[in-house]
Amino acid sequence: MSTLAITPGALGAVTQETPGARILRRFWGNPIARISVVIILFFALTAGGTALLGALGHHWPYDPNLTNLDQKLLPPSLQHWLGTDNLGRDVLSRMLNGATISLTVGLIAVAVSLGIGVIVGAIAGYFGGLTDQILMRSVDALICFPTFFLILTAVAILGPSLINIVVIIGLVSWTGTARLVRGEFLTIRETEFVKSARVLGQKDWKIIFRHILPNASAPIFVTAVLGIPDAILTEAGLSFLGFGVQPPQATWGNIIADSKTYLLEAWWLILFPGFAIFIASLAFYLAGDALREASNSRS
Amino acid sequence: MLEIKDLKIGFSSESGITPALHGVSLSLERGETLAIVGESGSGKSVTALAITRLLPTPPAVYQGGEILFEGRDLLKVSDAELRRVRGGKIAYIFQEPSTSLNPVYSIRSQIAEMIELHRPDVPKSTADIDAEIIHWLDAVGINEPARRLHDYPHQLSGGMQQRVMIAMALSARPDLLIADEPTTALDVTIQAQILNKLRDLQQELGMAVLLITHNFAIIPGLAKNVAVMYRGKVVEHGNTEQILRDPQHPYTKALIACIPRLGDKRRRLQTIESII
Repeated sequence: MSTLAITPGALGAVTQETPGARILRRFWGNPIARISVVIILFFALTAGGTALLGALGHHWPYDPNLTNLDQKLLPPSLQHWLGTDNLGRDVLSRMLNGATISLTVGLIAVAVSLGIGVIVGAIAGYFGGLTDQILMRSVDALICFPTFFLILTAVAILGPSLINIVVIIGLVSWTGTARLVRGEFLTIRETEFVKSARVLGQKDWKIIFRHILPNASAPIFVTAVLGIPDAILTEAGLSFLGFGVQPPQATWGNIIADSKTYLLEAWWLILFPGFAIFIASLAFYLAGDALREASNSRS
Repeated sequence: MLEIKDLKIGFSSESGITPALHGVSLSLERGETLAIVGESGSGKSVTALAITRLLPTPPAVYQGGEILFEGRDLLKVSDAELRRVRGGKIAYIFQEPSTSLNPVYSIRSQIAEMIELHRPDVPKSTADIDAEIIHWLDAVGINEPARRLHDYPHQLSGGMQQRVMIAMALSARPDLLIADEPTTALDVTIQAQILNKLRDLQQELGMAVLLITHNFAIIPGLAKNVAVMYRGKVVEHGNTEQILRDPQHPYTKALIACIPRLGDKRRRLQTIESII
């Protein structure tokens, strides 16, 4: 055997790259992914910076809620880069504060929906049988409701605070994640290494979280990233209808809502926040897409 | 040590229960090797999986019989008890090493999991666990085991992966190792290396081995006793040499006639009439 054995040195050129590192490397190799990440970072940094300044009692460039009726509906200028609204408030300042809201909503709502979706999907997919039937039929029932009206109703009953909105969006948007996770679990639980883990006497919850979930993490992460723009758009829609985060707190949606009366005379009021929603959502969608491509082992 | 008595298992489907094992009886003593040989669908793997209740129920139905392991009926013990037996007392190796290892963990962390579960005698420190893992990787014939610790399964060849699986199974110091076609996915030279290694380790560790195979040719020299399964029944059970020399059952005779031998006159291999 010794004459036939290949020394491990011959295989030494193989790099020890973890599967996660490989996905990240391929993701970063995609120019669209890099542009999206830069845009997302830009929004995250401005939102974070604005929130930090606000917490310290400072505002840049102006206090977002400072009204000045002498300066209402001014077009973009050197003093007010993105113009002012009908109460003379600075649009740029309001949009910066709105970015904080949008990103908070996007991240927390996705965290809530991911938490529920992963747990429900994992339990349904792993245990199967009656458990699966009960859970997935509940998901089907929930999918039958028009989501947006479900959110509107819940907000109307519970009141439109930021925390309520985030939790409600999260609570109604986990069904897709649950189905996806269940599907992944159904496939992965039949693999030999899961059988091996059971054969080793491993506990069910350890098999779920240690052996199956990491192997399903790529598609779960992709849906999470793709869920962020959905939550941002939902919040903008709610704000536009007046069911979102309440004035005077600025959000991208309610800046547009406030400006609809002045649409013909003040184009800047609707263009800039609309553009921000569009660019932020697009960046998350493209990043999610690039991540899906990078994690697809077949390509 | 292991005694299976009149085990009956069926699989439920829409048209009722299809029997898979019609009363299988086997016995295996501490430290010895028993080979179960038979064609696809004869119930070898079902028997192997049934020993620690690994068949999913449904569709599988345990219809009767006993599986006595160290005096206790494994069909009756609690789930928690069963988990201690699985891996710890009875370890398995499967046919397909490439899918038996979890692709997202290094081999170190997979063997470490086994040791943490079933080896309370090994201290919990990284250095101690590493030393234990290196010991077993070395034992199964992996060169420079310390350098391979942090390799991922895809960086290893099929033969290496199967060695890792064996190292993992043995690291729990089981009393019984069930090897379900452990070399079917490997080429012939590697197959011989792995089987020899397995035999050496068995003698060294004094564990019992239940070897499941459809290849009669690998059994002599490896297993003292053999059980021939055919259509869900054990048709012949006894000393390997004796069965090879003087098979009683017509199926066994046909099976043995199928083994190609070096120096034989060229002839058509015999086929076996069977209905599955």
